[in-house]
Amino acid sequence: MAKHDHDHAKGSASDYVPGFFEIMEMAVGELLVEKQLIGAHEIRRQIEVLDSRTPALGAKVVAHAWVDPAFRARLLENGRAACEELGITFYDDTGLIVLENTDKVHNLVVCTLCSCYPRPVLGLPPDWYKLKPYRARAVTEPRAVLAEFGTIIPDDVEIRVSDSTAQVRFLVLPKRPAGTDGLSEEELAALVTRDAMIGVVPVEFHGDCRSSQ
Amino acid sequence: MAHISKIVPAEGEQPGFAPGDRVRVGVRFPIGHYRVPHYIRGKTAVIERVIEPPAVNNEQEGFGRNAGSKRHYYRIAIPMTKLWPGYAGSASDRLCIEVFETWLERSPPEDG
Repeated sequence: MAKHDHDHAKGSASDYVPGFFEIMEMAVGELLVEKQLIGAHEIRRQIEVLDSRTPALGAKVVAHAWVDPAFRARLLENGRAACEELGITFYDDTGLIVLENTDKVHNLVVCTLCSCYPRPVLGLPPDWYKLKPYRARAVTEPRAVLAEFGTIIPDDVEIRVSDSTAQVRFLVLPKRPAGTDGLSEEELAALVTRDAMIGVVPVEFHGDCRSSQ
Repeated sequence: MAHISKIVPAEGEQPGFAPGDRVRVGVRFPIGHYRVPHYIRGKTAVIERVIEPPAVNNEQEGFGRNAGSKRHYYRIAIPMTKLWPGYAGSASDRLCIEVFETWLERSPPEDG
């Protein structure tokens, strides 16, 4: 086994051997096309759809909610419908619940069973989100996990962990950082990171004189 | 506009639980991949939100047995201290998760 790996490791790109799941994915794809259940074009098109989704979309949603209280209310009431207002389509049957962080509640999102993630608004999940240590520990010791991301939550703030298992996906609406009153919606969106919308870090602002020592 | 009365909904069309209801997650171990993580089975919880619209039972659907009967998912909340003995964190920390109606049963009020 080790010898086999070694031989390929020093080979050129043409010696590339696909892994088990890669072969399975190709086989399923070829079968679906061969049986005319879907066309090759549809597979390519769906990859294009997925590639068009990035955390920048979620950041725009968050920034808009910060500046428009009526939109924020609609977003918390029905996350999917509010995102659709902004032109973000949902290409699957998932719903979206937007979880608001406040002075009293800090939300954290995980999928213990696999890697459910609000892809229509955030794109693909980060690798750590899909790995077992995060998936197990986010529900058993969320405060320790958050601390490893540098996020210390005071004891009087409730940690609310949402485990996505079925048809609903979750997006965290982070707290708007202090000192950002003068920022435009676009500037606000630039502050919002993917990790903040998963709930592992807050949104931070160091952009003005307040942050200088 | 006032609701029109005397409309009879079909079985399962209306949610069986309402926010605030106490429920217990079923303890079953059917063969296959069921989207109710083991760590919440048998735990008592409070209904936080009814997920609309009703959905096909994806566990039936996964086995090709979708008869088209829809039920609701519920977002339920369970205190972390009830999930993990010796949980290190605030007593108000909780876990929220969606569970399909067929996995929930009514639970008597908390006995402490």
